[in-house]
Amino acid sequence: MTFQATPFTRSKHRSELAARAVFLLMTLLMVVPLLLIVAYLFYQAWPILSLDFLFTNPRNGMRAGGIWSPLLGTIYLVVISLVIATPIGVLAAVFLNEYARENWFTRVINLAVVNLAGVPSIVHALFGLGAFVLFAGLGKSILAASLTLAIMTLPVIIASTKEALSAVPMPFREACWNVGATRWQTIRHVVLPNSIGGILTGVILQVSRAAGETAPIMFTGAVFYKAIREGDPFAYGLRDQCMALSMHLFTISTQVPDVPKALPYGTAVVLLGSVLAVNALAIFVRFRLRSRRKW
Amino acid sequence: MSPTPTRRRVEILAEASIEALIRLCGISAILFVFGIFFFVFREGSQFLFHGFNFREFFFSQEWYPTSQSHVRYGVLALIAGTASVTVLAMALAVPFGIGAAVFISEFCGTRARESLKVTIELLAAIPSVVWGFIGLTVMNRLIIQLFHTPIGLNVLNGGLILALMSVPIIVSIGEDALKAVPDSYREAALALGVTRWQLIYRVLLPAAKNGLLAAVLLGVGRAVGETMAVLMATGHAVTIPTSLMDSVRTLTATIAAELGEAPVHSNHYQVLFIIGILLFSITFVVNLAADLIVRGVRRQ
Repeated sequence: MTFQATPFTRSKHRSELAARAVFLLMTLLMVVPLLLIVAYLFYQAWPILSLDFLFTNPRNGMRAGGIWSPLLGTIYLVVISLVIATPIGVLAAVFLNEYARENWFTRVINLAVVNLAGVPSIVHALFGLGAFVLFAGLGKSILAASLTLAIMTLPVIIASTKEALSAVPMPFREACWNVGATRWQTIRHVVLPNSIGGILTGVILQVSRAAGETAPIMFTGAVFYKAIREGDPFAYGLRDQCMALSMHLFTISTQVPDVPKALPYGTAVVLLGSVLAVNALAIFVRFRLRSRRKW
Repeated sequence: MSPTPTRRRVEILAEASIEALIRLCGISAILFVFGIFFFVFREGSQFLFHGFNFREFFFSQEWYPTSQSHVRYGVLALIAGTASVTVLAMALAVPFGIGAAVFISEFCGTRARESLKVTIELLAAIPSVVWGFIGLTVMNRLIIQLFHTPIGLNVLNGGLILALMSVPIIVSIGEDALKAVPDSYREAALALGVTRWQLIYRVLLPAAKNGLLAAVLLGVGRAVGETMAVLMATGHAVTIPTSLMDSVRTLTATIAAELGEAPVHSNHYQVLFIIGILLFSITFVVNLAADLIVRGVRRQ
């Protein structure tokens, strides 16, 4: 006996297909235009992209030349904010995952982390201006801007480190305690080495977040224009102001008249390309780890 | 052989100090949140307590911060600007975001799910200034051509950009919420012979209601706080919008646009910090609500 499709099962099958199609369409309507837009940006920027574009300063009131000065500024801001945020963020996550008990105080800390992640970037800018530039007397400088970025990106590192730490199985720790190791020895020699990949992912995501931000650095250290020695990677000092890629894109696309069209597209693509590449790296690291995990 | 007593004392001291450091870093998030509130409040406090007019601030749409004779600090139009782009963004992002979350969690195989999630994660990484640039160039031109308006920098443009920006967060949190619905619910419904539509509308969405609400709230928080994209994409008109084609200015964009020109510690400068306090409070409440809802879900 074979199964006979009745009108009822046929209509049910049709409705299944329709549901699938509708939800697929909704997903595609979101994803496809975006991919097209990104492709369009790359297409527009293609003629100008070259090593020369990366390694020359902007010229002629930012209407010609390359992006060396903003590119180096962004690298400085990202690296310094990373150096500040990583230890604080990792240790904060260690505290939350290894030391803190399940109580109201821990809840308050977790709530603070969530809220810190939700503070608007422009409010971070106001904070950086009030606390670092004026109160601490750092002035508008790379240091003040990096500190602002570090605090802004701290929740990214805390969240992903916490996830990585909690993925380390409890018996690993118990075995270590049982041979007489202290809490910190256990963390240092067992927990951290076993979660280093996940921590690395968080750090990489922090880099991409910090590189793209504009508002927090606008009033704390980034300037419209500053020429530096081309090809010298140490051209900025900690107390200098700097240009930044994100701010440069904002400037040449809204504040400066008569900029050749390819210039802002080129800047946007370099910024977008590096952020996406860094993110892709994070995803790659995560997949590698997942496939290599031994437990 | 046991270690010498002095060495042990050093080790104990080192352990104690590293633990103290860890505890200090642990509470750093609390310190920073308070620090943000404190310093933003501090910069605006002098004017807030002397000469600040609450009624004018919240109920006047006259924003003339640099006028010589007729200085007015009313942010009603700016609030309307923020509200209009946020509402439009949510009207677009919520159905599509939840639709995509349903598709990813209910219709996809493992492979398709992983690749869609990666794509959406990459979309979430696009910097806001690049979004602003997209609004300024691509969207602007599209809107001018499609609607025959002179300027394409308006509520529609800002709302579309914000929708695209907040969709990833809605999708990822929404998908988590749907994944948390036990499979026994699905099996019980399918055993009763329901179609996929009925399963989604009658079982999954109600069961995941709280998580989805939290996802929407986080999207709202993101949209309200977004700065560069709306600064570049909404045009600059401090008016209460009457149609989608009106240009507006949001609270965030106003701070970004005017802080550079306001003399330090002038009234104008301090009012911008007061707007900062307002924004901080709004996002604080929204995030708190989302967090409480998510926690409520977990406890179930």
